[in-house]
Amino acid sequence: MTLNSKIPDGPIQQKWDNHRFNMKLVNPANKRKYHIIVVGTGLAGSSAAASLAELGYNVTALCYHESPRRAHSIAAQGGINAPKNYPNDGDSIWRLFYDTVKGGDYRAREANVYRLAQVSNSIIDQCVAQGVPFAREYGGLLDNRSFGGAQVSRTFYARGQTGQQLLLGAYSALSRQIGLGTIKFYERREMLDLVVIDGQARGIVARNMVTGKFESYVGDAVILATGGYGNVFFLSTNAMMCNATATWRAHKRGAFFGNPCFTQIHPTCIPVSSDHQSKLTLMSESLRNSGRIWVPKAKGDKRHPNDIPEDERDYYLERLYPSFGNLVPRDVASRRAKEMCDKGHGVGATGLAVYLDFSSTIQRLGKGWVEEQYGNLFDMYQQITGENGYEQPMRIYPAVHYTMGGLWVDYNLMSTIPGLFVLGEANFSDHGANRLGASALMQGLADGYFVIPYTIGDYLATSKFPKVDVNHAAFKDTERDLSQTTSQLMAIKGKKPVDVLHKQLGKIMWDKCGMGRNEAGLKEALQEIPKLREEFWNNVLIPGSADSFNQELEKAHRLADFLELSELMCTDALHREESCGGHFREESQTDDGEAKRDDDKFSYVAAWEFKGVGSKETLHKEPLAFEYVKPSQRSYK
Amino acid sequence: MSENTMTIKLKIWRQKDRNSGGQLVTYTMPGVSPDMSFLEMLDLLNLDLVRKGEDAVAFDHDCREGICGTCSLYINGRAHGPLRGVTACQLHMRTFHDGETIVIEPWRAKPFPIIKDLVVDRSAFDRIMAVGGFISVKTGGTPDGNAIPIAKPVAEEAMDAAACIGCGACVAACKNGSAMLFVSAKVSQLALLPQGHAERKARVEAMVAQMDEEGFGNCSNTYACEAECPKNISVEHIARLNREYLRAKFIQE
Ligand SMILES: Cc1cc2nc3c(=O)[nH]c(=O)nc-3n(C[C@H](O)[C@H](O)[C@H](O)COP(=O)(O)OP(=O)(O)OC[C@H]3O[C@@H](n4cnc5c(N)ncnc54)[C@H](O)[C@@H]3O)c2cc1C
Ligand code: FES
Repeated sequence: MTLNSKIPDGPIQQKWDNHRFNMKLVNPANKRKYHIIVVGTGLAGSSAAASLAELGYNVTALCYHESPRRAHSIAAQGGINAPKNYPNDGDSIWRLFYDTVKGGDYRAREANVYRLAQVSNSIIDQCVAQGVPFAREYGGLLDNRSFGGAQVSRTFYARGQTGQQLLLGAYSALSRQIGLGTIKFYERREMLDLVVIDGQARGIVARNMVTGKFESYVGDAVILATGGYGNVFFLSTNAMMCNATATWRAHKRGAFFGNPCFTQIHPTCIPVSSDHQSKLTLMSESLRNSGRIWVPKAKGDKRHPNDIPEDERDYYLERLYPSFGNLVPRDVASRRAKEMCDKGHGVGATGLAVYLDFSSTIQRLGKGWVEEQYGNLFDMYQQITGENGYEQPMRIYPAVHYTMGGLWVDYNLMSTIPGLFVLGEANFSDHGANRLGASALMQGLADGYFVIPYTIGDYLATSKFPKVDVNHAAFKDTERDLSQTTSQLMAIKGKKPVDVLHKQLGKIMWDKCGMGRNEAGLKEALQEIPKLREEFWNNVLIPGSADSFNQELEKAHRLADFLELSELMCTDALHREESCGGHFREESQTDDGEAKRDDDKFSYVAAWEFKGVGSKETLHKEPLAFEYVKPSQRSYK
Repeated sequence: MSENTMTIKLKIWRQKDRNSGGQLVTYTMPGVSPDMSFLEMLDLLNLDLVRKGEDAVAFDHDCREGICGTCSLYINGRAHGPLRGVTACQLHMRTFHDGETIVIEPWRAKPFPIIKDLVVDRSAFDRIMAVGGFISVKTGGTPDGNAIPIAKPVAEEAMDAAACIGCGACVAACKNGSAMLFVSAKVSQLALLPQGHAERKARVEAMVAQMDEEGFGNCSNTYACEAECPKNISVEHIARLNREYLRAKFIQE
């Protein structure tokens, strides 16, 4: 099978417009005859489901949460980008496009990124019309701020709760359609398999999490908007239930997985405090706009931070990157923090933390100003650590945050399975090897509001759909297989609860496929993961019954998939013998420790084809051409 | 980080499913660190229960950052526990002391049937939203974001209302099981913003009617909801809802 990215012809500025014109349309009267299944109702899924229902399609949406409003998108704090250029500081679609391609370290598809930048302005308009209460200036117009790595102010925000407000906006559009009866919504349903009939995605089988029953849903197309897989590491800033099951099981049915090793480590998280830690808490990187990051110059300095004089502090980001300082991109800031700690300059009880200090800003602008900007983050920090960030520097450390990898999709957001579309964090698309701040919300909503409503129509209008219902053998077989796997899991009755095994996997991944990766470590991980997987299938202990509400069973299904996906992540990381963005191969760095790409060998998307559990997957390459933004060594000096 | 661990006695509501009866079951938990979050303490209990082959305590949670509104524990007779403005998932064990007994129950309200143990069904909230918790705009064709200036104080007040996480603590805290704080937060947000004005009348009427139909109780102005709301949503929004409702009754649009 050869990969066809379906990038339209023509100059980059006109590709999307031309494509929209060339795509086939579904006649308005016929739209309701098409049935679309949307799995996942975070930003990407809610916006897609609502927009498709508004167009007249017959939509079924489901999610494992008890309500669409609980999706992990709700937790995004910082903001959403759009090059409105309201501040008149030189922003443009071109600049956002350029920044995103460069920020992604030249591993994203130019045409997709350009389209993303193009439609992003409409997202802001859409959200304002829905009643999203974005921050405003005194004159009543929308406020912007600058955010991680950008030299213009293009980030729109709603206090420290932008994701919440955007999701509630998309949820309101979704709710409206549910009320109108154009969307059938099912909560507490977890998709456990994709059903492919005659090469087309025709539905899914989900577990009803309250009754334990398997339910089949039939459609003419399936959209996965199921979020990222950061929880493969156990500890991450993702919500506890985030998982890879939907995408991984689609992968096993033939959807290629793109760049699985591209994960993002976020620099400003609250450090791990103990073994009981269940998740990590992100503190918005907008804090880096006003806080200064430092470590003591002396190794192992155990003094209270307020007792360490100015000239004994190393503001290492300001020292290493005079022009960007504390605002270097996430991958750079994270790696440097790790380096400082590895060299013995780390602070706090574990030595795995650096300081984020607001004292000079408080001196300059007053505590009131800091409170107004970041009050909720300071409160959160105090709630978790018991320390007051106004009185002493906060301690921060990098944590897994986002996955740039995901199911491979073409320009139409369709996977390698016809009729299976993938949106939001679940696809591999627009961020290359590193995502810039405030651009995931933008991408999720761009996919859902402004891309899929057009591209899915073209697929529906140009395909044939033989009649299929839930009694089709493919659905019945899938239900039966799932029920067997579930019984098998329940019957193991081993010694280790799911979380114990998950933490073991997380440790392997963090140590060997985390912020720094090397050949030896990855090879070890590739030995250890299959062993752990075997242990899981022989020694996991799940209490309760399969035909009732059972959170331990839910977690077991998810871990089973993480135990396979993790192997692919390591395989991908091992094969990519270059450093790029969040993927830092220790063997490939410049003299001053920056990521060193190898464009001659690795300027491609790695799309992996499943070949059976434990068998090596087949690598397909989608070459990347950079016609508009010429690859250069990223420099933030 | 603190080295001293505590022993905590837990009394937890256990209920097999919607149709079974339930009761408080007592567990003794040694080795609780003050730095643990409340939910991490429950994780620890569950690890122990699972190892003993017993069924884990079911409780809803997801973000563990106080924003998704999923966690819903009634702790020592208070929705989300003893601290003001804090969800159960943000509560840390340093708030409790060695030897303390902690009683954990689910939200109790007729429109929130129990699914299992501490997990309840709050889909009634979604049904209220589906009849009016929106502005009727379709995707596309909306005017420029800066076309309608909104005074900063108005935008801020709308944001105060929009900060509601839909957890249902207000209902659980209210002796009448009223959902007025939840409903009023949405009505208020959309009534404050000019974009929401066109549908003011229909919105408030539909949402209030659905709230009644779901079986939520009446508001008798005791304000337990505001006191227990983890996001400090103000009862002033209830006053605004009442004004909107009256206005809707008297005005023909
Ligand atoms: C703490 C934090 C802060 C962030 N801050 C920002 C920020 O400031 N700006 C920014 O741009 N980005 C930010 N991000 C990233 C951004 O929030 C996410 O990438 C984005 O919201 C993902 O949206 P989504 O719709 O793709 O997925 P999600 O919101 O994760 O939604 C996934 C949906 O899929 C459902 N689902 C998943 N699997 C299944 C299944 N098997 N069956 C049924 N349903 C399923 C879930 O129930 C849910 O409804 C942040 C992320 C984190 C962790
Ligand atoms: S778990 Fe999300 S608010 Fe508590």
